[in-house]
Amino acid sequence: MSDAVAAQPAEAVADSTHASVSESKGGSWFVRIAVFVVVILWIIPTLGVLITSFRPESLIDTSGWWTVFAHPFRPAGWTFENYRLALDQGGLADAFLNSLAVSIPATVIPIAIAAFAAYAFSWMDFRGRYVMFVAVVGLLVVPLQMALIPILRLYNNGGTLGNYYIFPDLDLVGTFLGVWLAHTAFGLPLAIYLLRNYIGSLPSSIIESAKIDGADHFTIFWRLIIPLSVPALAAFAIFQFLWVWNDLLVAYVFLGGTTQNRVLTIALQQLVGARGENWHLLTAAAFISMSLPLVVFFSLQKYFVRGLTAGAVKG
Amino acid sequence: MSTDDAPGAAGAIEEPPPTAPQTVLMSVLRVLGALAIPVVGFGVLALTFNYLKNADANRFLVVGVAIVVGVGGVFFLYWGMNRVVEFLPDRYHEGVRPFIFVGPALVILAVFLIYPVINTILVSLKDSLGEKFVGLDNYKFVFSDESMLRSIRNTFGWIVIVPALGVSIGLAFATLADRLRRGEAFAKSMIFLPMAISFAGASIVWKLIYSFRPQGFGSNIGLLNGIMIGLGQNPVSWLDQQPWNNLLLMVIMVWMQTGFAMVVLSAAIKSIPDEILEAARIDGANELQVFRRIIVPTILPTIAVVTTYMVINAMKVFDIVFVMGSPETRGTEVIAERMIHWFFIANNDGRGAAIAVVLFVAVIPVMLFNIRRFREEEAIR
Repeated sequence: MSDAVAAQPAEAVADSTHASVSESKGGSWFVRIAVFVVVILWIIPTLGVLITSFRPESLIDTSGWWTVFAHPFRPAGWTFENYRLALDQGGLADAFLNSLAVSIPATVIPIAIAAFAAYAFSWMDFRGRYVMFVAVVGLLVVPLQMALIPILRLYNNGGTLGNYYIFPDLDLVGTFLGVWLAHTAFGLPLAIYLLRNYIGSLPSSIIESAKIDGADHFTIFWRLIIPLSVPALAAFAIFQFLWVWNDLLVAYVFLGGTTQNRVLTIALQQLVGARGENWHLLTAAAFISMSLPLVVFFSLQKYFVRGLTAGAVKG
Repeated sequence: MSTDDAPGAAGAIEEPPPTAPQTVLMSVLRVLGALAIPVVGFGVLALTFNYLKNADANRFLVVGVAIVVGVGGVFFLYWGMNRVVEFLPDRYHEGVRPFIFVGPALVILAVFLIYPVINTILVSLKDSLGEKFVGLDNYKFVFSDESMLRSIRNTFGWIVIVPALGVSIGLAFATLADRLRRGEAFAKSMIFLPMAISFAGASIVWKLIYSFRPQGFGSNIGLLNGIMIGLGQNPVSWLDQQPWNNLLLMVIMVWMQTGFAMVVLSAAIKSIPDEILEAARIDGANELQVFRRIIVPTILPTIAVVTTYMVINAMKVFDIVFVMGSPETRGTEVIAERMIHWFFIANNDGRGAAIAVVLFVAVIPVMLFNIRRFREEEAIR
């Protein structure tokens, strides 16, 4: 948790405005070659999967993907069949839907809850405000592994403290609500922390003048704070969305691996287990699971970087 | 903020001052009205959730309903609670409101994070079903079982090697890319791109690279073995080469997280004032000296933060090892993976909990450090 990371999220990927001040900055051959080599090394793994996913099964099994460069334009060398098979037979289409059903609410819910809390922590007076917020900061790095066993038990049996229910037996295992709540809880400390940093730094004069005009806290929050906080909300939304979309552990524990319920990451993991050498299915499936994050990455790169770098403090 | 002069929601302000019994009646009615909203709300939610559990329903519809209910539900919650407050007698409004704003967050944090910490510690002292106390047996197991010890050793490898490689490659790349005249943004996005991919997806990406087929089981289509064959060597079953296979799995995480280190460090490098760098160069410092004597010391705090983040991430690594498969036969166990193994696959709650506690204890210093930093920052504010 640092100013460099949390308070002023970097946006460097899209930003290369550093003035070119010195002779040596022109980029010697050494610099260009070194950067080029690293970029190539970094692209090759993804490129291999992308190419493989469009090759017919028979060719995948007999020759490496790099051999396509010998005859890149032979029509027999390419196919969409793998994607059709993966979506259909591999059950990726349902998994994709499930991933959406998990990710969208699991992004919106924590943001809404955190925004309200962040506003209260910044602009409302109540007892225990400071202590509560320090607790939130402390919870930032609690490993979510710590929460798995107790929450699963709460979901299965409810929870009692002495003779009183502290958590009713809702039978939440394998339900979307169960996963949403878990993701909400694991995302909340970071969301509250970041949004409080942002909302707390808004000028107090605008809030004071709204109060003088007779607005209550609820109105101020909806009409003033939310519109002003859109950049912070968007940055966190993207981080949380990708985190949930790419999560395997929470979905595995609370939603399970049934064909009806499983999300994309679990479908991938099961494909690897069951058809470890069916590369035509595996590569297409991997790309299907990456498709949405990659769209987010290329279309919202600035917010994406901001969100991820801000997410650096998540535990 | 004074509430006495604010108009009440029910417009009660224009009536003559009510007598005491009337006030009590009004209050009771208002509280009842306030209670009705959540009761109706929960009834509707319960009905939809029963529908969502229905296995025969059309999947598109279920997903659609789920999204609408989940997203709408949270806004309904706050709207409803605000209505509840407005039904309450006026003088309670401003006193109750803060707790409506923070209440849901605190309840969720308490139930899903604070209670579990306590509960996990308790369960870690109990037997496999979480019923009888067994003292420290589970911890004895954690620190004596051969596979557990291997997982601890491996995790140490992860938390040293992954951050070391990720931060140094990220720093080197950020410094070099900063000197490019064109293409800096593009080069950086390519390094950063794997951050968008799931660990599960990345595992498949790298499985293809490490793929190995023994003689008679088809040709080798993995890139590494393609290179081996091209060099006239025999193909190697990479993921079975203990203990080096651990390193091969770490490479996956380095590939994914270097982009993060690079982006944050690059931002820090760009924030160093040009005059300082120029002054050093005019004084005759070469580029390597500028890097070692000025750039690195200036961004040291950022390096520390990035490293801490990567250490915590590496400590909790689970997906990569899990998806790549057979950690026990390959000797690639890590702590978080063992936790899921014992809790889920071997159904031993006590041991799973004890392993989780070990992870928790490991992050406590970071937690205290965070709190101390926060309090220092607040003191300045």
